[in-house]
Amino acid sequence: MTEMISVNGTAHPLPEDPRVSLLDFLRHDLGLTGTKKGCDHGQCGACTIIVNGIRINSCLTLAAMHDGDSVTTIEGLGTPDEPSALQRAFLEYDGFQCGYCTPGQICSATALLEELAVNWPSDASECLEGRIAITREEIRERMSGNLCRCGAYANIVAAIEEVATGGKS
Amino acid sequence: MRPFEYSRSPSLSEASLLTASKDTLAIAGGTNLLDLMKLQVETPGQLADINRLGFAEIEDTGDGGLRLGSLATNTETAVHPRVRADYPVLSRAILAGATQQLRNKATNGGNLCQRTRCLYFTNIDQPCNKREPGSGCGAINGIAKLHAILGTSDQCIATYPGDMAVALSALGATVQISGSKGERSVPVRDFHCLPGDTPWIENVLEPGEIITGIVLPAPVCGRQIYRKVRERSSYAFALVSVAAVLKLTDGKFSRADLSFGGLAHKPWHDPRVGEALLGQPPSDTLFDKAADILLEDARGFGENDFKIPLTRRTLHAVLAQTTEDAA
Repeated sequence: MTEMISVNGTAHPLPEDPRVSLLDFLRHDLGLTGTKKGCDHGQCGACTIIVNGIRINSCLTLAAMHDGDSVTTIEGLGTPDEPSALQRAFLEYDGFQCGYCTPGQICSATALLEELAVNWPSDASECLEGRIAITREEIRERMSGNLCRCGAYANIVAAIEEVATGGKS
Repeated sequence: MRPFEYSRSPSLSEASLLTASKDTLAIAGGTNLLDLMKLQVETPGQLADINRLGFAEIEDTGDGGLRLGSLATNTETAVHPRVRADYPVLSRAILAGATQQLRNKATNGGNLCQRTRCLYFTNIDQPCNKREPGSGCGAINGIAKLHAILGTSDQCIATYPGDMAVALSALGATVQISGSKGERSVPVRDFHCLPGDTPWIENVLEPGEIITGIVLPAPVCGRQIYRKVRERSSYAFALVSVAAVLKLTDGKFSRADLSFGGLAHKPWHDPRVGEALLGQPPSDTLFDKAADILLEDARGFGENDFKIPLTRRTLHAVLAQTTEDAA
């Protein structure tokens, strides 16, 4: 039986060469070039995607290990006509300059919102239990796996904060 | 990456059989192993994917403790309600390491087995007795800022880089291991090895042995602290870290379990440090004495000399925190 992976709702057979990273599979085999290769060592976060609802670095996992998994990439989050709330906020707050890190930033932030919704603590959280207060410090800590070479951090944090707080910050 | 065969292990015994071969490595989260394979530090002929063997549960033990499946992710562990409530030092240690993306993929078993981030180990153009026995140690007299000050040898001064195991050591956790000869348990404090003359041996796992779980003893009351000092405020390895389980009874230490990260080839636990504190009221003099004992045999290698005073101050700060809380 062919092993399959679902990407943005479409099923695809997995590659035969086990060396293919999930990142290279998305970009080369499927042509989904929104997900970016920055460092290819899990340090920059440009390759961040969402697998079964959880954000991971797609460069540090083999496509072959993902039989039956469900992947969401930046292409699955919104369209130019109907951007996701975070995509719209990144535009509104100018959350990028060159844009190379942006797909990873937005995928990462999309999962971050879910993590906040279930009150997962972070290193920046005062308490490990209870409701997490959404602060810029929390957002910065939770986004520390996504580097921006242009240094658009202030605007990235502002965009995420707006969506995370529903504009009430 | 060098070509390799990949197979998904259908059972623990199959995985055990495969990984008994020197050329086959088990892969779980893969965040460290695949990185090392890209760098050709690791060039296995075969990977045995153990992700679907189970061992992902986090469950209560009969005596009030908690068993962490080896394939539970670092995130699942750090956010588990019982870990947050009863073993906060473990949650804090995990959350202080890596990034959310990495913690989401990294497993508990893999975290224990992660390799050093020594620059000479990860660069195949450099000498490293750990990667290539007999080739020398580039870090001694080289770039050694992150390196060890305790338990070093003239063969290797690398550190164990993790945070989670430091907390597990302070908590007195045990590693459950399965292999062709059956099952065994090893205290986390005894799981990692010092480099000695065999720096390539980093832990007690025999060929074919696989970690199945980590058992935390029943929780103790008192204060649990994880304090990590690093060069930037997120996503950096520890220069020094302290995991502490401390309790004061009638103004005197009645529990003082301390383990240290960033100082040695393993999470460093010196029982004499806790013994010096027990039964004594907290004071600067006492904290200095504890640091003297801890650092008695400490040795810097130039760039990392700062770790000796830094460790002293960090230990002092952690111990002082208990008295601040009481005040």
